[in-house]
Amino acid sequence: MWRYIVKRLLWLIVIMACVGVIIFTIMWFVPGDPAQIILGSGATNEDIARVREQLGLDRPYMVQLGEFLINACRLDFGESYVYGIPVIQEFATRLPRTLGLGLISMALNIIIGIPLGVNAAIHRNTIWDQGVLVLAMVFISVPQFFLGLLMVVLFSVQLGWLPPFGISGSYPTWMYWIMPVLANSLSGMAMNARQTRSAALETIRADFVTTARAKGLPERTVIYKHMLPNALIPVVNSLGMQLSMVVGGTVVIETVFSFPGIGQYLLTGVNSRDYPVVRGSVMILALFSAVITLLVDLVYAYLDPRIKAQYVNYAAKKGGSKKGGKK
Amino acid sequence: MSEEFLKINDLVVEYSSGGQIVQAVNGVNLTVQKGKTLGLVGETGAGKTTIAKSILRILPTPPAKIKQGEIFLDGQDLLKLPEKEMMKVRGNRIAMIFQDPMTALNPTMTVGDQISEVVLQHNDYTKQQAQERTIEMLELVGIASVRYMDYPHQFSGGMKQRVVIAMALACNPELILADEPTTALDVTIQAQVLDMMRELREKFNTSMILITHDLGVVAETCDDVAVIYAGEIVEYGTREHIFRNPQHPYTLGLFGSLPKLDDDSKRLSPIHGLPPDPTNLPEGCKFGPRCPECKGECGKDPAMVEIEPGHFVRCCKFTAGQNAQSAQKPENSQKAKTKNERGGV
Amino acid sequence: MANAATVTKASSVPKRKKDTQLRQITRRLVKSKTAMLGLIVLVIIVLACVFAPLIAPYDPNYMDYTSLNAGSSLAHIMGCDNLGRDIFSRILYGGRMSLMLGFTVAVVGMVFGVFFGCIVGYYGGQVDNIAMRICDVWMAIPGTLLAIVISSALGSGFGYTVLALSVSGLPGSVRGTRAMALREREMEYLEAAKAMNCSKMKIMFKHMMPNIIAPTIVGTTGQIGGTMMSAAGLSYIGLGIQPPTAEWGAMCSSAREYLTKYPHEMLWPGFVILLTVLAINLLGDGLRDAMDPRLKD
Repeated sequence: MWRYIVKRLLWLIVIMACVGVIIFTIMWFVPGDPAQIILGSGATNEDIARVREQLGLDRPYMVQLGEFLINACRLDFGESYVYGIPVIQEFATRLPRTLGLGLISMALNIIIGIPLGVNAAIHRNTIWDQGVLVLAMVFISVPQFFLGLLMVVLFSVQLGWLPPFGISGSYPTWMYWIMPVLANSLSGMAMNARQTRSAALETIRADFVTTARAKGLPERTVIYKHMLPNALIPVVNSLGMQLSMVVGGTVVIETVFSFPGIGQYLLTGVNSRDYPVVRGSVMILALFSAVITLLVDLVYAYLDPRIKAQYVNYAAKKGGSKKGGKK
Repeated sequence: MSEEFLKINDLVVEYSSGGQIVQAVNGVNLTVQKGKTLGLVGETGAGKTTIAKSILRILPTPPAKIKQGEIFLDGQDLLKLPEKEMMKVRGNRIAMIFQDPMTALNPTMTVGDQISEVVLQHNDYTKQQAQERTIEMLELVGIASVRYMDYPHQFSGGMKQRVVIAMALACNPELILADEPTTALDVTIQAQVLDMMRELREKFNTSMILITHDLGVVAETCDDVAVIYAGEIVEYGTREHIFRNPQHPYTLGLFGSLPKLDDDSKRLSPIHGLPPDPTNLPEGCKFGPRCPECKGECGKDPAMVEIEPGHFVRCCKFTAGQNAQSAQKPENSQKAKTKNERGGV
Repeated sequence: MANAATVTKASSVPKRKKDTQLRQITRRLVKSKTAMLGLIVLVIIVLACVFAPLIAPYDPNYMDYTSLNAGSSLAHIMGCDNLGRDIFSRILYGGRMSLMLGFTVAVVGMVFGVFFGCIVGYYGGQVDNIAMRICDVWMAIPGTLLAIVISSALGSGFGYTVLALSVSGLPGSVRGTRAMALREREMEYLEAAKAMNCSKMKIMFKHMMPNIIAPTIVGTTGQIGGTMMSAAGLSYIGLGIQPPTAEWGAMCSSAREYLTKYPHEMLWPGFVILLTVLAINLLGDGLRDAMDPRLKD
């Protein structure tokens, strides 16, 4: 298993390098000149040329790309064109917020969504099950930004319970987090609940579950030891994808709630053609999502012995020690 | 006579699907004697597996429902046992071998754990002891103990079936329900598995219900045979009765469908038609529409008739003219029939 | 089991002998109340948007300076926005944009997904390996982010938004069809086709694709809702479709400033998105259950 983890970590580096190339290339084609934006509309051509030279924008594509990648390895994404502050410095305050928002949302997705699905499957066709299904359907169909705005209208404007936006102010700090986290996680929760439910219903009919019952095991054991691990395999498999949606969702959510995180930073960068800001933000968010995906894949391999065996055998073929398992 | 170990009286099982009620088992009576094997023979969908699952009470209960009947194990009615007591019977006193070894094992657990799990459940063993017992069982069915930690996907079909059998035998059950244990296997492995099961059964004096549609398997292993058609037993007797003197047209049809080496005829004589639609069973004799001997005058639902000691047949050719004649069981089946009609078949 | 038995037997009744799989699916779909509800709502919305010029009481860009931020009234059933434009009319016209975006992106994704998925799934081995690694890289950038970056590079507008959303969604659909193609590859009818010396192209697109296409269409139906939400989200953050073009997400975005005083300007378009996506999802669910009745019941 260790061999697999190391391999995946190396692959992570390759992926991030590719992401860097892709982002840099896309940004290369962005219309509009940052020098023009920095100097405003009254700038002369000479001024623009001077600024371009200062920023190094006049050098060839490959040189700039190389410089970007090498610096990115040291987490140096350059200075913001607009504010002149190093991007990484801005990250120091913003990244923890986005990571917090993302991780709490993901945790809620899993901790609430999956048990809800399991419960609905066990109490199938009861009011409880139907209720979960209907709610899940609604939350899957609400766009995140609209859900956020709705919550603002309801909880801030109408009821005055929660602060409508920002990260600090007259309310206790934790209250600023409630709506962004909920708006970012409700749809994922609903997806998990639905998927877990149908996977559980599929598994509950499997022959091996009948075998487990025929063994005289108590119903709890049948469900938690035999049905659940198997039902979770497809759920976990799709979790990576869904959690990366949460990372994307933070961008929208941060805009809705004026939440000063990486996503909001990215959008200001997009609007002002602030290349270093955009590149840095995308890189850091992609890294976040890649790490999460890696973790999910490890859990997946752990859950499904068939997948685990592939990696173990692969490692063995590569000349590594055959990982035990046989006594 | 030896003791009646398992006795099923008038078992009726229904499935409800999409508002329709399907009679899967219609008033079945069976007995299995200590140390003997009963063969349940019939087409796919005739209700054989349903009977076995009813005995263990592991039918999926929203669609399926045991409408009525009694299942006595050693004089104790299983259908009246509380769930907690029933758990002690499952896997311990009665074990089941499932049809498809490919899907009967949990893919996320090692085979060793799956066997020792049942051992631990029903015995006061430590983990260590359970492991020893498991290894003993694996070796008994011919699997090396080093494979204890292997997962099901690392085994072939025949090996998986051995694991399933080891699992079923791990607690020395008094009754084994073997649901087509060899159907999914190659012929050569079939013979091995059957031999193995027979040896084990003789060693432990276990009773068994063998569900199959393979008459060859029945001839080799069973003491008694029940032929089942559309949820009803149509012929019931010892192996000699059924093989030497088959009487019911359906049983005769089953034999006619077998190729014979000493027969010169160029074609087999299959049973014509399809098994009946369980949502819409024919009136009267269920086999009537496909019966080569029925000339349309059978009419009423025939009762079971004992045509020689211990050999029962459900066919009009024996009830005609002796309507009032009753063998040992007709009362039960009569009752079942009226209930069925009320149930809205 | 009992179910399957009934089905086979039902088909032996001569009257129903021509029961094709499609007809069975349709029958099951029609039986599902929620799916029918979704279908009806969706049809109404689509028709209303298609015939917007006939139904809409005002031009979507006509500004009535006497009724800025007006609430619901007989003249403006959903009220007016901050520029005095009739919200109901804008929703009808905006729907053309939003629905077209959703459908186009889903169809583009499906076509390319099935095409590449079939090829990758058919060849398997090294081709599959390389394609999946490319997908890994592609998917390492969360879809929303990629769409944001692409549409900021390309600019706003319908075509560019379609491109941005399709590009960011493509690896997902390729993976989906590839998984199905791999499963089909193991099937024996493909062995048979190979044994009959069919060409690779023929096996891929004549034997494999028809078996993949049905579940893919079902999956795609389910995705249209998601795509519409992404498109609206993109417009909401100021990319994608931009004002003054009416589009549901953009309408919500420009109403955000007036959220405290005039929430109706944001609520109406938001609820319409919710209703549309809900209808599509209900229909998609119903289709999936009709395709695979095991999941239900």
